[in-house]
Parts: sequence; structure tokens; C-alpha cells
Amino acid sequence: MIDSAPALELRGITKRFGDLVANDGIDFDVRRGEVHALLGENGAGKTTVMRIAYGLTQADAGEVRVEGQPRIIRSPRDAISAGIGMVTQHFALVGPMSVAENLALGRSRGLRLDLAAARRRAASASDRFGIRIDPSLRVANLSVGQQQRVEIVKALSRDCRVLILDEPTAVLVPDEVNALFATLRSLVADGLSIVFISHKLAEVRAISDRVSVLRRGKLVGTAAGSTDERELARMMVGRPTFGVERVADGAAPSAKPILRIRGLHVAGANDLPAISDVSADVCAGEILGVAGVSGNGQTELVEVLSGMRRPTSGSAAVSGTELAGADPGQVMRAGVGRIPEDRHASLIGDLSVAYNLVLERLDDFGNGGRIDERRIRAHAVELIRRFDIRAGPDDPVATLSGGNIQKVLLARVLSRDPRVIVVSQPTRGLDVGATEYVRSQLLERRADGAAILLVSEDLDELIALSDRLIVLYEGRIVGEMAVADADPEQLGMLMAGRGRAA
Amino acid sequence: MIFVIDLLAATLRNATPLVYGTVGETYAERSGVLNLGIEGTMYAGAFAGFATAWATGSLLLGLLAAIVVGLAAGAVMALMTVTFGANQHVSGIGLTIGLIGLSEFANRLIFAGGELQRIEPMPILNPFGGLGEISAVFDQYALTWIAFLLIVPAAWWLLQRSSFGLEIRAVGENPEAADAAGVNVARTRYLALMIGGALMAIGGAFFTLALLGSFTLDIIAGRGWVCVALVIFGRWRIGRGVIGALLFSLVFSLQFRLRILPGFGELPFELLLALPYLVVIGALALSGRNVAYPGAYLKPYRRT
Repeated sequence: MIDSAPALELRGITKRFGDLVANDGIDFDVRRGEVHALLGENGAGKTTVMRIAYGLTQADAGEVRVEGQPRIIRSPRDAISAGIGMVTQHFALVGPMSVAENLALGRSRGLRLDLAAARRRAASASDRFGIRIDPSLRVANLSVGQQQRVEIVKALSRDCRVLILDEPTAVLVPDEVNALFATLRSLVADGLSIVFISHKLAEVRAISDRVSVLRRGKLVGTAAGSTDERELARMMVGRPTFGVERVADGAAPSAKPILRIRGLHVAGANDLPAISDVSADVCAGEILGVAGVSGNGQTELVEVLSGMRRPTSGSAAVSGTELAGADPGQVMRAGVGRIPEDRHASLIGDLSVAYNLVLERLDDFGNGGRIDERRIRAHAVELIRRFDIRAGPDDPVATLSGGNIQKVLLARVLSRDPRVIVVSQPTRGLDVGATEYVRSQLLERRADGAAILLVSEDLDELIALSDRLIVLYEGRIVGEMAVADADPEQLGMLMAGRGRAA
Repeated sequence: MIFVIDLLAATLRNATPLVYGTVGETYAERSGVLNLGIEGTMYAGAFAGFATAWATGSLLLGLLAAIVVGLAAGAVMALMTVTFGANQHVSGIGLTIGLIGLSEFANRLIFAGGELQRIEPMPILNPFGGLGEISAVFDQYALTWIAFLLIVPAAWWLLQRSSFGLEIRAVGENPEAADAAGVNVARTRYLALMIGGALMAIGGAFFTLALLGSFTLDIIAGRGWVCVALVIFGRWRIGRGVIGALLFSLVFSLQFRLRILPGFGELPFELLLALPYLVVIGALALSGRNVAYPGAYLKPYRRT
């Protein structure tokens, strides 16, 4: 075969969002008739670089080449005419319309709407690639797997030569994954090129010819699709050993479980369970770390423990008080403090620091509907001093830095001396100083005998703080270990859905 | 019999401006933009149509002027809500207040102090003149015939059966999907708002160029707001919206005629006047539950 130019080539793609460098000089290419996977953790920049190739995001620097020719891609329309198609994670389909209408959308120049042609294209995709879809059905009534097929047919009907799939298996059940892979194989056999974005090792190895690994916006390397899983996991997670020293020493946790979770099931979107049969104990003076790629049930677990979501079955109890189905007020009174992942949604930006500090317990600071301003202020001055918040009591929270906002949240929760603390991504986006402060506060609580459930995507953080770890994958606990036994390769494999820990 | 025929004729006549307004508002809302500028757009269309017809002596030029004003009003609404992404409620109400103020200001400049100016209004056409007594139902203005025989079917076809209509509905339901399919979201919304604005303005001009032959203050009297309600009543479908317009107009025309009937004279006429509005509120309350709003209703679109 003649050595031809790659079907799609990205050179030096760089994209910044504010201070965050989402893509840092990424080079990537996909050849004709090949599946090239893009592997990486959440936030590694996989989706961003491919949105750039499809014109949904504009790069700050870099070049896109299609079959050797530089192309300027400012919008999906440019990408489509260059032969690039993309199935985004949230499907770009109009729910109330029929499949045929979705296929026809954006195609014609004149007024004529040629639904017959759309039906013919659906039929031809069915003949050539075995993708069966009834063009007269309403998209909103289709299953997620069927909607994905519509997206693929849509891209094919625009004569795309390069098809980008962003986490295509995230929403599929195993049978549908097999059907998708069969489709992809018939597409590459026909000479198409496929970019497969994923963080699941098994799938990447099953389908790819080559794998490129991204980490924190940088290309780590490109390897053959048959590369050993441990090697891929190492590339993805980024280090053979963890860099941060274990700091959670001191007294060993008691053996007295405070938070007891038993057989928890939570319904999720698209009829897939968000959490299946999760059971765990957190003892007094213990930090239980929850590891996993985001979207594997952590958010739902935290919401159940905060009274924000009702589980379909199972129980979560604090010293005998049931949390499942309780409202947030009852949860709080049971002695649970929560520091949620979206800290901005937990505070009211326009209100002052002082008011935000008493928001969860206004009843304690007034009588008969009257608010005691003096006591609120005194309380704020005290907490500002204790938690080293760099702001005045009257400053609106929205004007504070991320680190200080997190301190306000910490102060509000910790000042009530909760027996159980549910904390999610406590240091995401914080600078080094604020991160250290937040971690030291959590460790101090641990020393005081609180039971802490810590959800984090930062493995270093989990290793540094936790006594034990559980790993969530697709809503199930796939691994549990004492932190001393944790090794990063194994964690990376578990997080990517490979195997179970003994 | 005469009563019924007269009532039906009045129903068609009074429904005409509502049909234009409802179809126009349907176009705006199906593209994802609530255009509360409708009341002002109808008002400005009524004034611009009248002033131009009065100055030139041509009803056709008057109608064209109203259309131009409607297109411009739609473009201004699009500039605020599509280009600048401003709040649609505020933009629409602002547009209405602004257009009513401008129209009244121009009215004072042009027709200051004098007595009420009049034009010769549009003649009545009846293509079904030979049907005897019943043919009086079809004594209607050209704009009424155009509304029911041309605009309604054409607007329905364009929205439901053409590729442009598909794009309007797509940007109103899921602009991300439309964008990813290569549709220019902003351009589509501009066009939908401008077409809608032109229709609203024709609806307003119906009062001055056909029904009354003169321009008076408060000539629209809230009919733009009625159209907004009718669009919801019609669940964003043109056919159902037109049925709503006819229903409102039927009750509106009926209450006028009830006043002079024996037995109704005792009732305060304000109660009868409120009747069509009560019917709309009742119909909305009954039909407005569980309605599926356009998916991107009230949401400006920005690529992330």
C-alpha cells in the first residue's frame, strides 16, 4: 500500500481556558482505516482537542490537516465539508423530531425538505454497515444506543471520512457495546478512520490499532493498541509511584463504625443504575477515600448521604439514624456535615460571608423570625479568625478567591462539629497553600474522631489522606484496600474497569 | 339566521389580526425566542401603514410600510436577544414600550392638533356572492382572505414541511444539535423573528387599513398579548393557534351582539367585555397543563 498522508492530523494544538491549559501543543494523527484511541483521565483534554478538530471549540494555536492539506475549521459546517464527523457525548439530536428529520437537518440550501433522501441514506447505512434504524421514529422515543446509531448514520450520511466518537460506550450496556464495536470494525474495513475517546482500558485495547495518552493537557505518548494494560494505566495516571508522602498518621481509627452503608442502589439516567449494591463502613477517626473516574456514581453517593437524592433501595445510617430518604435538614441534625464538589452552589454569592456562615442554622441566630445581626457578626468574626478566612464578615462571598470560598464552607460545616463528614473534591482548583490548609483541617477532624468519606479524583490526595480506599466503577465497588496496600497501577486499572481487587 | 351569519362574518373579521399575530409569534417562539415585542410591533404596523397610506393615497404602499416596520422590529428583537443574548422578557417588553412611544410621537408630529384623519379603507371582496343569504359570511377584506387562504397554509408548509422550517424548529428545540449539523443558529433566529415581525405588523395594519380607516391611540388594545396566549393555547402549532384565534374572536364578537339582546341589557357591559379574555384564561388553564415548550425557549445560544 502506498504510504499516504494521514486522514486527519493535528499539529501543536494549544487551548487555554483562563489559566487552565486544556491542550498543550498536542500532535495527533489518524490514518486511513485505523481506530486511534485517545486515552486519559477526566480533564486530560481529550474532548477539547477533538472539539477543536470538529470546529466546536477554537484553538489558540495549532493546525488541522485533512489528507495532508491544512484546513481552517471554524464551525462544524467547515468540519463536515472537510469530511470530519463527530458523535459528541451529549448527542446532538433534536428529540421531538423524527430520525429522518434529524438526518435532513442542515443539509439543503433551498427550501425543499427531502425526507425521502434521508430515508434512502438510512437504508444505505443499514445495507453497508448493518446499522439498523427506522427513520420514521421519533428520536426522543429511542434508546440511548439507538440514538447513538442515529448519530453515526448522520455523520456517515454527510460522507465523513474521519469519525470522532467521544466516550461512546459511557451510556451503553454491554450488548450495545459489542454491537457498536462490530459497526466500527465494518467502518474501518471500508476505509474510514475512527478516533475513539475513552478512559476505559479494556475497550481501548479491544478496538484500537493505536493509543495516544493525554495527561493534564499534554500528549504523554502514542503506543500500539496491543500495549499492556499496566503500561497504559501507568501512562494515564502518570507515575509509577505516588509523589506525596502519606501524612495521615497518628492514632489508628477505632473499629466503631459511625456511618454504615448497606446495599445501596440508586437509579441513574437512561435506565442505567447510578449506584448498584454499594456497602461500606466508615469508623470514628477514619477517612474512607472513594476513588474513581467521575461519573461512576460518586456524585449520586454523595447526594444520597446529603439527603439530596432518594436511593431506590438500601440504607445509609449514622449511628442508627437512617439517612436514606431523609431531607437535608434531617441529615444535618443527624450530625452529618457536607462539603460538596460544587462549592459555589453551596453558598450564596451575593450574600455576605457572615450570612453564608449561618445559612444552615438560621434558627440558632434569631428568635421568632427576627435575625440577631449582632450575634451573626460575632459568630463570623470568630470563624474568620479560627479558619483563617482572608475576608471581612460583610464581604459578599462572590468576591472571594476559590481558596477562601472553600474555607467559608469548611468553617460553616466544621464549626458544628459533625460526627460524619461527607466531602467531595475538597481541593479541586485550589492553590497549594489553600490545599494544604483544607487537608490539614480534615486530618484534624479525623484525629478528633470524626468519620470522613472523601471523594476525590486526585489519587495523590486520596493516598495522602485516607486510611482505606474503595474504587467505584459504573456504580459498583470494584476494589477495596487499606491505603498502605494501594499501588497506582492497580488503582488505575480498577478505575478503568479492569479486574477486581481481592 | 341573520344573527348567526352576521356573527360568523364578524368572527372571521375580528380573527384576522389575531391570526397574523399568532402565526408571527409562533415563528418567533418555535425558533426559541419569546417575542413580547408583538404588542408594540402590531401598534407600529398599524401606525406606519396608516400614515403611509394617508400620505401616498396607496393602501398597498401602506401595507408595504407596515411590513418594513415589522421586519425592522423583528431584527431589533433579534439583535437584543440573539446577538447580545439579552433577557427575552425585558427585551420584548422594552421593544413594545419603545414602539408604542415612537408611534404616538410620530402620530403627534404628523397629525398634530387636527381632526381625526381618515383614509378610504380596503374594499370588501366576496368571491362567493351567489350563495344567497349565507354568502354574507364571506363579505370580507382582502387581508382576511390572504390570512386564511394564503398566509396560514404557506406558513404551515414553511414551518412543518420545508428545510428552513426544520431549521427553525431545530434551533428552537436544540440549538447545539442544529449547530453541530451545520445550521447557522443566529441567522435562522434572525429570519424567524423578522418573518414573525412582518406578520405581526400586517396584523396591526389590518385595523387601520381595513377595519377602521383611521389611527387612534390604544388601537391594538392588548391583542398582541392575546396572541402570545393563543400560541401557548395552540401548543406552538399553527393550525391549533388559528383555531384559538377563531374561538377567541367568536366569543369576542358574540359578546358585542349579546349586549343589544333583551335580557342581557341588565348585565354590566364590562362583564361581557371580559368574556373572551376569561375564555382564553380558562382555555389556557385547561390546555396549558403539561405542554411541551420548545426545548430552547428563552435560552440564548452561545458555543462554549
